Amino acid sequence: MIKALRSLFLPALMAAVFTGARAQDTVKIGEFASLTGKEAAFGQSSHKGTLLAVEELNATGGILGRQVELITEDNQSKQGESATIVKKLISRDKIIALLGEVASGRSLEAAPIAQNYKIPMISPSSTNPRVTEMGSYIFRVCFIDPFQGTAMAKFAKDSLHLKKVALLTSVSSPYSVGLAKYFKETFAAIGGEITIEQKYSEGDKDFKAQLTAIKAAGVDGIFVPGYYTEAALISKQARELELNFPIFGGDGWEAPQLIEIGGKAMEGTYYSTHYSPENSSPAVQNFVKKFRARFAGETPDAMAALGYDSAMVLADAIKRAGTTDGPKLRAALAATRNYDGVTGRTTIDPHRNATKAAVVITVKDGQFKFVESIAP
Amino acid sequence: MSEFLQQLLNGLSLGAIYALIALGYTMVYGVLRFINFAHSDVFMVGAFIGYYMGKLVPEGTLWGGLAVLGVAMIGCALLGMTIERLAYRRLRSAPTLNVLITAIGVSLLLEYTGQVFFGAAPRNFPAIFPVRNFQIGGVIIGSNQLIVIAVSVVLMIVLQLIVYRTRIGTAMRAVSLNPKAAVLMGVNNDVVISFTFGLGSALAAAGGILYALNYPSIDPLMGVMPGLKAFVAAILGGIGNIPGAALGGLILGTVETFVSGSQWSTYKDAIAFAILIIILLFRPAGLLGRFTVEKV
Repeated sequence: MIKALRSLFLPALMAAVFTGARAQDTVKIGEFASLTGKEAAFGQSSHKGTLLAVEELNATGGILGRQVELITEDNQSKQGESATIVKKLISRDKIIALLGEVASGRSLEAAPIAQNYKIPMISPSSTNPRVTEMGSYIFRVCFIDPFQGTAMAKFAKDSLHLKKVALLTSVSSPYSVGLAKYFKETFAAIGGEITIEQKYSEGDKDFKAQLTAIKAAGVDGIFVPGYYTEAALISKQARELELNFPIFGGDGWEAPQLIEIGGKAMEGTYYSTHYSPENSSPAVQNFVKKFRARFAGETPDAMAALGYDSAMVLADAIKRAGTTDGPKLRAALAATRNYDGVTGRTTIDPHRNATKAAVVITVKDGQFKFVESIAP
Repeated sequence: MSEFLQQLLNGLSLGAIYALIALGYTMVYGVLRFINFAHSDVFMVGAFIGYYMGKLVPEGTLWGGLAVLGVAMIGCALLGMTIERLAYRRLRSAPTLNVLITAIGVSLLLEYTGQVFFGAAPRNFPAIFPVRNFQIGGVIIGSNQLIVIAVSVVLMIVLQLIVYRTRIGTAMRAVSLNPKAAVLMGVNNDVVISFTFGLGSALAAAGGILYALNYPSIDPLMGVMPGLKAFVAAILGGIGNIPGAALGGLILGTVETFVSGSQWSTYKDAIAFAILIIILLFRPAGLLGRFTVEKV
């Protein structure tokens, strides 16, 4: 409540008091993230990656001779909150570009606003295709769900040798619905069978009913294209019902909380994601080292790596454009070719998406382990 | 068949938790004729007390689990009595609507104070009771489900004994029947109402712990949906009626589970609430409630 009131009145007040103060002395980059709430693990990781990138840029002289100022706002993982804070970032803080979000649903909320004000927006890790379809100013530095869904369908068929799979989709999340759709199309096309489809809504905690129905259908795996809190609870309840076959999902699973909440139930689960800290390439190892030094020995996950890459791709585009002017910066971003980042080589395609390889991770003895890499 | 029995068991263990929360709504309504919306947040506080207490006792022991349950129930009973003393008592002669708004205020206060103290990120609730699975003819019974059902049944029997076999219970029923006449007969209304809040809040705490045991991810807003469902269960059974609340909770939990397991799982809340509307159309006072004409 108080937050809503504050965001209504303060900007107007501030604008009245501080108009014209401190013009263009820093490059202001806005970030909106789920720093608290249900998907806080995503927001925190992504934010740490972005922060590391900005600190690095500033340590080496900033961009265009100016220091970079990162202004971060929290949407509490809530629907509706992103629109408010993005409007605030654009109208009050006068940001020149916007970074965010992990969850596709919340990126979709912010995208029309950024497009409207001609502020280039880069989503670090929203994988739903609709995000960049919102307009010509919306970009992303990760792969999209049609590829991720296809990759997991092939992985289920070829590597896990599954024939009959159940789908358990979150109907209130565009990410989950999209990923389920692409998985289903490919899995059916390569000779697999989707035996049963069950649904739930974000925030549900009881999945026993759906899982009992899945058990009765007699499948040999469950695809759960949701986020980590639900994925962990689903796996836990599935194991309680003695469903001991592979449960697998997408990059929404990538968070330490997956193992914290799920515990032993996560053994033998798989998910696809953007990068693995076990990758031996110098770019990845260098990033892991810097991240650990900055954040008390924490190992960066895919969201952190993409958060880092999103800021670096933006910085690269600003340097090439030579200005922070919206339309010119947009053109420079669209012209990004073969940018070498932590999560691989980024080329922005005509639909403003990045084409990259996916990585499959499993949980073994309470640890995330690299399984295989799937090329686009 | 085994799928049906499994779903029935899942539904009953969910329904038992709704029933425990619904009892608190219905008892306060019976005595004070108002809906205590802060009740669902007392449920949340119960789960969080359990979370912090759970770190002090060894995991997976029966006595440890019962100790956590006991402390959470006492803690929430005190919280419930404090809320009544500070927020509701002064409004007792005010119109019901004022108390209702205050209750919504207390509810929001607890939710957002919770976010400040506990943080908004979900936490993992410890496994305080031993965990084991039993298999009977294709039906898998989890020890947590058994604990939920056992604790709920015991608490409901204790509640029934308190209300019908003790002096304070008799006083509660007297206040519920006619508060003014109860005062004339020498009943101390303040004590009785305070006790009712304490008892209802203790049941909410038990519900919170049992809920967190089965769905071990807790956050300060966790009470909102179960609270709403329990409120519906209380109305369904006939608000103010104790066995009615228990029955309403079980029906709601079972219906919800069966719908979730079918192909219409997305509509589970819609169907559960549609059933409420249909039952109220035919029995406006709820399943076990008595319809009384307001005397002018």
